[in-house]
Amino acid sequence: MWEYTDKVRNLFLHPKNVGEIENPDAIGEVGSIVCGDALKLTLRIDRETNRIIDAKFQTFGCASAIASSSALTELVKGKTPEEALQMSNQDIAAYLGGLPEEKMHCSVMGREALEAAIANYRGEQKPSETTEKILCKCFDISEEKMRKVAMENHLTTVEEITNYTKAGGGCGSCIPEIEAVLKDIWSMKAPPEKIHRPKKLTNLQKIALIQEVIEKEIRPRLQSDGGDIELIDVDGKRVIIGLRAMCVACPMGGVTMKGIEEKLRELVSEDITVEEG
Amino acid sequence: MKAIYLDNNATTQVAPEVLEEMLPYLSEFYGNPSSMHTFGGQLHRKVEEARAKVAALIGAEPGEIIFTSCGTESDNTALMSAIETHHKRHLITTKVEHPAVLNFVKHLARKGYRITILPVDSLGRLDIESLSRALDDDIAVVSIMYANNETGVLFPIQEIGEILQDRKILFHTDAVQVVSKLPITVKELPVDMLSLSGHKIHAPKGIGALYVRKGTRFYPYIIGGHQERGRRAGTENVASIIGLGKACELAKENLNREIIHLTALRDKLEKALLGCCPDVRINGDIEHRLPNTTNISFEFVEGEAILLRLNEYGVCASSGSACTSGALEPSHVLRAMGVPFTAIHGSIRFSLSRYNEEAEIERVIEVMPPIIKELRTLSPYGKKKLMQCQ
Repeated sequence: MWEYTDKVRNLFLHPKNVGEIENPDAIGEVGSIVCGDALKLTLRIDRETNRIIDAKFQTFGCASAIASSSALTELVKGKTPEEALQMSNQDIAAYLGGLPEEKMHCSVMGREALEAAIANYRGEQKPSETTEKILCKCFDISEEKMRKVAMENHLTTVEEITNYTKAGGGCGSCIPEIEAVLKDIWSMKAPPEKIHRPKKLTNLQKIALIQEVIEKEIRPRLQSDGGDIELIDVDGKRVIIGLRAMCVACPMGGVTMKGIEEKLRELVSEDITVEEG
Repeated sequence: MKAIYLDNNATTQVAPEVLEEMLPYLSEFYGNPSSMHTFGGQLHRKVEEARAKVAALIGAEPGEIIFTSCGTESDNTALMSAIETHHKRHLITTKVEHPAVLNFVKHLARKGYRITILPVDSLGRLDIESLSRALDDDIAVVSIMYANNETGVLFPIQEIGEILQDRKILFHTDAVQVVSKLPITVKELPVDMLSLSGHKIHAPKGIGALYVRKGTRFYPYIIGGHQERGRRAGTENVASIIGLGKACELAKENLNREIIHLTALRDKLEKALLGCCPDVRINGDIEHRLPNTTNISFEFVEGEAILLRLNEYGVCASSGSACTSGALEPSHVLRAMGVPFTAIHGSIRFSLSRYNEEAEIERVIEVMPPIIKELRTLSPYGKKKLMQCQ
């Protein structure tokens, strides 16, 4: 049984803006009956004020898909297309008081329908399907979509990708490819912040947090270059570390030290200095 | 709001008679049946009485019944025992088995065993020819369910057993859904092992049994003490064993009456729902089916949405849709049958028990059409269909 919020339950049982606008200014259709959910969004856009004055939806899908669609229509009304596009799927989820992780793909479907509708309004062509590389054949999910949703929602694991796009949730044969895509995305950029910096720290908490940051954030990246790190001591704001393995002989040692310091300042405390012991 | 519980293939209400029988063994009689003293040792007799009742329901000898913790354990035990005692490398099962068998054989496949998974046709019927073709000299066991939990479709266990008996191939059947719903006499049925589960037949959760035909080579799955004559270690779940015994006794007493009761209610429900609007279909072979189960697809709407709307009226059922499976793919059973996706996602299983009454069925018949109608209004696929509805 899914743990839905009261808002999801209410919008599912009494959805707002159901139906289809006649002669709409914009139509966005996403999903398919094969995949288990589909959404048709129609918009009335006032050309003079450039505002969305009405939005209606039709959804085939589960309770959270229906509630997400209804939330979408409520959220876009009164906005300009540009403003509407500023909304992310997280905004839809937030409007609903949150969705179960496994159901986040419902909010993504809402966001996609909106994009499709506005592209339709602007007379843009959908990217030709042949140019898209479909990674998940069960749910027809392209690499492009996967990358987009992963970046927007800071997804780092296959499970998260599945929760948000369904990709990998069928036969599972694309899981190695999803892993490769994730690795590719996050090796280029700093991985999303998973560690939250608390406001006040006791010494013990501070040391524990420094250890956690080193284990999760710093060591894996040093190790990928053949290096390693050891935490030697923490003395007030001074963090004493030892660089190991390939790092010892590395001419980039100074840069590395700076990077470690930055990471610890970002995630633990702004006044940290890092020294080599 | 009183629940209208039509999800009895998932689990059942513990019968009041069963609970009553169990209670003393959860309080004053807490001994261990293996003990030398009377306080514990007297429970041994109660366990054996329960064993006799379980055996009686399925026409077995008491010595052929091993108590387990659940249907899944019974299934896993049967398959592992076959492998341990036969030193063969090929297992055969079907696409529509319960995960307790299907995922276990897939696990064995990863360990290097050879697995044949037999297909079913669009009505969920097994292709006996494909079984015959798959047979070879390296088969450790064939495991085929007696009735499907989702559709209620019955497999021809007698016929399959005869084929296997001729070739001296070990045969296990998961009869979790059949025991207490149809008469079973293992003496006359060519199966070597048969699984059953307590909580599907008005006993509590956490108790099951495995029938192992006398003379069948057996190796335990749970290893430890001497309980169950060395065939299943672990201190006996005395109260639940007694509960299972009582549930089997009740089932035996009421079997014929219940079949009539369940069939009548199920058929009434099915007929009414089929007539309530267009694009409704029954999944599975209605000629060979459990008396208590119907699997109905309401096309162009999604199962979870139907269930949650039903939930508002206290009606409990289940669905083969992707959203309710915990995974993203819909029912493996309906997919194996080639049910179209438009219908899989909107499939609802109603499964009845002796405690269901006609008024409850009438209530479902009353609330269902507006639910479907409304969800079809919501659906981008349902508009045209709506015109025809009612």
